[in-house]
Formats: sequence, C-alpha cells, structure tokens
Amino acid sequence: MSADENLRQRLSSVGRRVRQWLRVQFSPVPLLGWFLAALVAVILEMLVGTPLARLLGMSKFPVLFGFALALAQPVYIPSAIVYVLLIYVLPVALVARLSIRLGNLLAGWLMRTSPLLSVVVHLGLLYGTLHLWAGLSDYRVLVVRLMLIAIMLTLSLNVVNGYMGEFSCSHPGFMALGAYAASLFSVLFFVGNDAFGAPLLPIGLGPFLFPLGLILGGAVAALGALLVAIPSFRTRGDYLAIISLAFMFIIKSLFENLEFLGGARGLSGQPDWASLPVVFAWTILCVWTINNFVRSTVGKALNAVRDGELAADAMTVDTRRTKMVAFFFAAFWAGVAGGLFAHVLRYVNPGTFDLKKLAEVLAMVYLGGLNSVVGSIVGAVSYNLLSEALRPLELYKWIIIPLLFIMVMIFRPTGLIAFREFDVVKLLHPREGTPGHAGPGAVEPQAER
Amino acid sequence: MTLLRVDDMTHWFGGLQAVSGYNVAIEPGQIRGLIGPNGAGKTTVFNLITGRYRPTEGHIFLDGQEITGLPPHKIASMGLGRTFQNLRLWRHMTVLEHVKMARYSKITYGLAGAFFGTARRNREEDDIETRARELLELVGAVDWADHIVTNLPYGMQRRVELARALAIQPKILFLDEPTAGMNPEELVQMMEIVRLVHEQLGLAIFLIEHRMKVVMDLCEVIQTLVFGQVIAEGTPDEIRNDPRVIEAYLGKEVMA
Ligand SMILES: Nc1ncnc2c1ncn2[C@@H]1O[C@H](COP(=O)(O)OP(=O)(O)O)[C@@H](O)[C@H]1O
Ligand SMILES: [Mg+2]
Repeated sequence: MSADENLRQRLSSVGRRVRQWLRVQFSPVPLLGWFLAALVAVILEMLVGTPLARLLGMSKFPVLFGFALALAQPVYIPSAIVYVLLIYVLPVALVARLSIRLGNLLAGWLMRTSPLLSVVVHLGLLYGTLHLWAGLSDYRVLVVRLMLIAIMLTLSLNVVNGYMGEFSCSHPGFMALGAYAASLFSVLFFVGNDAFGAPLLPIGLGPFLFPLGLILGGAVAALGALLVAIPSFRTRGDYLAIISLAFMFIIKSLFENLEFLGGARGLSGQPDWASLPVVFAWTILCVWTINNFVRSTVGKALNAVRDGELAADAMTVDTRRTKMVAFFFAAFWAGVAGGLFAHVLRYVNPGTFDLKKLAEVLAMVYLGGLNSVVGSIVGAVSYNLLSEALRPLELYKWIIIPLLFIMVMIFRPTGLIAFREFDVVKLLHPREGTPGHAGPGAVEPQAER
Repeated sequence: MTLLRVDDMTHWFGGLQAVSGYNVAIEPGQIRGLIGPNGAGKTTVFNLITGRYRPTEGHIFLDGQEITGLPPHKIASMGLGRTFQNLRLWRHMTVLEHVKMARYSKITYGLAGAFFGTARRNREEDDIETRARELLELVGAVDWADHIVTNLPYGMQRRVELARALAIQPKILFLDEPTAGMNPEELVQMMEIVRLVHEQLGLAIFLIEHRMKVVMDLCEVIQTLVFGQVIAEGTPDEIRNDPRVIEAYLGKEVMA
C-alpha cells in the first residue's frame, strides 16, 4: 500500500517537473513563433509526408493526424504516432524553441510598427498554414471549411447563451434561413433551374456579388429573429427557450413545404463560391466583430443584464434594446454561416436543420465555455476534430462523444475556457524575459463562474 | 427650483397598502433622510420614484419634468442614481467595468463603434475609463479597479456601488441603507465618503438609514415613515424630540 502511494507520489512529482520544464522552455515563444513553427511543419509534410508514410508502412499520409486510420486499423497505431511525432510535434517544438529570439524580435518590431500590420501578418501566416495543410487533400479542405463555419455558429450562439445568459434553441432555424436565402440568391441570379428559369445575371459576376448573398442570408435570419425576440423579451423568464425551440421546428417544416425551394428534397446547384479563403475571411470578420462587441461597454451590458437586470436598469442600461440587438446580431451571423454552409456542400435540405444540429451547436458552446470567444473557437475546433476522428467508430461515436461531454461537465462545469477576455493585440505581443508568464490565450485574470 | 417632487404617491401590493399619500420636495444639493422601522415602506418609496414600480396613484417630477411611469433606465439617465439595500453587483464583472457600465446611456459611438472597434469608440471608451477611475479614486476603491467584484471585501463592494451610481452623473443620489451590515469602522469611513461625495460633486442625496447616528449627522431634513405613512418631518433635533417618532420608532433606542 505504501509502495503504491510512493509510486504515485513520485509519478506526480515527475509530472510536475515535466510541466515546469515545458513552461520554462516554451513560455517565451510568442504567438508568431508558434505560427511559424506550424507553417514549417506543414511545409515538411508537403515535402516528405507521403514518402515518410510509405516508409512507415502506410499507403498514404494520414489525413487527420492518423486518428481515423488508427481507429479503423489498429495495426497502424505505432506508424501513425511516429508520423505525427516526426511531422508535427517535433518540428513544431524545435522551430518554436529555436526561433524564440528571432520570433520575439520580429513580433516586437511588427507591434511597434503598427498593431494592424502585426494582425495582418499573423492572419496571413495562419491562413497560409491552413491553405497548405488543407491543400494536400480534398477531405481536409472540406473539414477545415466546416470547422470554420462551426466557429461562426458557436460564437454567435455564445453571445446569446453565454454573454446574455438566456437559453436559445433557434440557431438551426437561423442557419436554415440564411442557407436558403443565400442559395436562392445564387441560383436565381446566376445559375437558374427548372423552377426559376434562366439566370438573370452572368455567372462571372457571381463570386463578386456572393458577399451580398451572404449578407442577405444574415439579414433574413435577423428578420426571423424578430419573430422570436418580440414575444420572448417582453418579460423576463424562460420563454425564450420554448419559443426559440418552436421557431426551429416551424422553420424546418416551412422549408419542407415550400415546393419552389425543393421541399423536403432540398435545393441544389449552388456554385462553388465558398472556397477556403472566402470562408476564412468571413470567419475572421465574424470573430472580429463579435469580439469587438462583447468587449465594448455596449456589449458588456449583456453581462450586466444577465447578472442583475434590476441593477442594469438602474444604471441607465436599456435592457430590452440590449437583448434585442444581441439576438439579431447572433442571428445574423448564424444566417451568414448557413449561407456559407449551403455553398460548401452545394446542396441544402430542411432535414439538416433539426434537433441534431441544435445539439451539436449547443455542445460546442458548452464544451468550449460560456462567455468566451477563445472558448467558442476551441469548442468548435475540438468538437469537429473529435467528430471526424471518431468517424470510423460509427455508432460508438455517439456513445463516446456524450461520455466525453459528461466528463467535461463534471470536471469543468463552465466549459474548457469560460469567462475569458480575448485581447488580440495583447496576444500578439512579444514575450521576452517573462518565463513563467502564462501561455498563449491567457489574458486578463478573471474569476471562473 | 425643486429638484425632486413627489405628490400624493400611494402604492398597493395587492391588498397591502405599502405607501400612502407620500409627499416630498428635495432641493438641489440637499441631503435628506428617510427613516422608519423595518417594513415601513422605505425601499418601496425608492422603487416607486426610480421607476421599478409604477405608483398606483400620484405624480413624480424630476427637475420639473414628470417621470411617473417612465422605465427605470430613462429615469436613471435623466440624473437619478441609486444604490441598493442588498448589494446588486454583477458577479462576473470587474470593478472598473461596473463603473463604466453606468455610462451606458451617454455612449455615442453606437452599434457601428461596438461592432467595428472604430477610433471613436476607442477614444470614448478611454474617456469613460478615465472618469471611472477618478470616481473609484474618490470613493477609495481604485486599487481594486481590475478585480472581479465578488473578490472584494464587503465594505469595498458598497463603495463600488456608490461609485457606479455616481458614474451616471446624477443630480440626485438615492442611498438605500448604505451602511447596512458594516462594522463601526467601515461605517465611519462610509459616512466620510458620502460627505466627501456631497461636497465634491454638489449633488442632492436622499438617504434611507437604519442607524440613527448616520442620519442625524448627515441630514438636514428627515422624514419618518411608519406603515407607509410619513408621521413626522423636520430637522434632526425636531425628529429626535418628536413624541410620535419616539413612540413609533425611536422609543427603545432613545430610552436605552
Ligand atoms: N414586490 C413586493 N410585493 C409585495 N409586497 C412587497 C413588495 N416589496 C415590498 N413589499 C412589502 O411592502 C412592505 C414595505 O417593504 P419595504 O419597502 O421593503 O420596507 P423597508 O424598506 O422600509 O424595510 C413590506 O411589508 C413588504 O413585505
Ligand atoms: Mg428597505
């Protein structure tokens, strides 16, 4: 018994020392360093990924960090691990560690020159990395685009369920409105079909006017939000949950019965305009505006309304307007995400926007963490990766994922990264001479719960 | 001109007449007290004037304008700040965010500024922050500015509520038992702060208090409310010696 305890103690002390060592080694790495390192790893995979995979006995490079392969054919587990170590983990760690001086110099220079320039360079690096990584397989392009769309959905729902503290279920409905409105825009004006006849405009104009279609999708979703908001925000209470749930079902059956939009069969023929750069740009715009909003005093009024409506009212906050604006804003982005979604799949049908979709979006919000932009990004990315990685397990996936969620809810009831402020400019600063300083993402110390 | 005037205000909660025939007139810069036993209806008077409840009867005027029935946020932005008997702070927000929030109705950058982080928005947020820090300095809570409010000691939380109410730039400040639950040391500090705020900002103050010492020291005129009715109104000395007050309320304390 004491030997057992001894061992456990020694293990935990080793664990602590390893963590300590990692912190000392890597905490001075600026975000720029991590981005550079990721780019190097991706270029490495482009150059030697396939030969290395063959060498390790695999037929081609593992497309999603080897998860799918390892689960489908467990004999490949060692190969997949070695591959991930050699292509991703070691290069990233090495480049990040070795580029500390250079990275910090560069990050400092960028920041001094202009914070905007720094943001642009970081985004450029991030996009470049994603582009090259995804470029190696069509499957990756699809996964990345759907993941970015999931970020938009999760973040916009977090505005209502997290920042505002109400429980809304209408996001699939808003998404459907956006998806159909944007699809109608594309098909009616630029493609044409049996129902609508010949296109009204030359298709060459399409990609340039596509943003208008997406904004239209967002606007239609926001209009739909009016139907939910007016009855729900009259008085305080749990009306929103019920009304928004009803709304979701109404929208679904509405589209099932609109024959000119294909009814239950759905609508296809959307042009391939939702390319990776387009989806990426919209996601950045979404994250940027939402983060701006929730960090402004106008946006923080949502927290005040959530944590004490009476006090908010007495401090001049127009609580009804605050809730309405946030709700429309969230619906707008869900609509835009829906429009992009329809153009990624190039097909849309009402069955997509059902309870399962709702469960997914809610799961991403609560997994990532309420009241947190980083949390929503982390939630959406990890849920999507997990969901793709576990795909070979088929039915068991739907046992494992809920179990994981239950674990998260037990050990971190507010989600992975809740109540955290996302200060982008601070994140991009160099990290010289601050060993022990918290890693990327950690910004203002805010209490949990 | 009278800053705040209430004419014949009556309020029923179902069958309970919580306030009946209440009148008050407060001049700019005046400190006025409202005392009375528990359940007398003092907080209800505040809630009626600040718009939380609409009075069953009566009229309320702020700065010559009728405010009866207006929503609370409108009344507040017209220059009526308040604190609460039981603290009402926002548990996830920092002290600084609390004080900044009370500038809500004065913000001019609008939704475009909020969404797109315009230069104007940054400038305005900076201005609000400077002003908020000044107010926190005034109440002696500036060292806590970046802390989550729930991590503060109780007395400090009361000061934050006061600073927040001041950020509205009120013409009149309603304080509902600002020293409730405080120890003697905190109480003396709070009274000093209230006096300081009154001196520096020159606003009128309407104070509900339970502890005699506080009202007697601070207020120029005091009303005594019992079962929703004003039974006496006068200077601290008059109130102290009024037999009806002694009987209804002060009795035990004065004798002791
Ligand atoms: N919202 C309400 N609904 C019903 N009765 C209330 C409400 N608020 C206060 N009361 C009642 O009105 C009376 C006066 O309460 P209150 O104004 O809080 O007294 P005080 O502040 O003088 O202690 C009490 O009897 C109380 O129970
Ligand atoms: Mg009271």
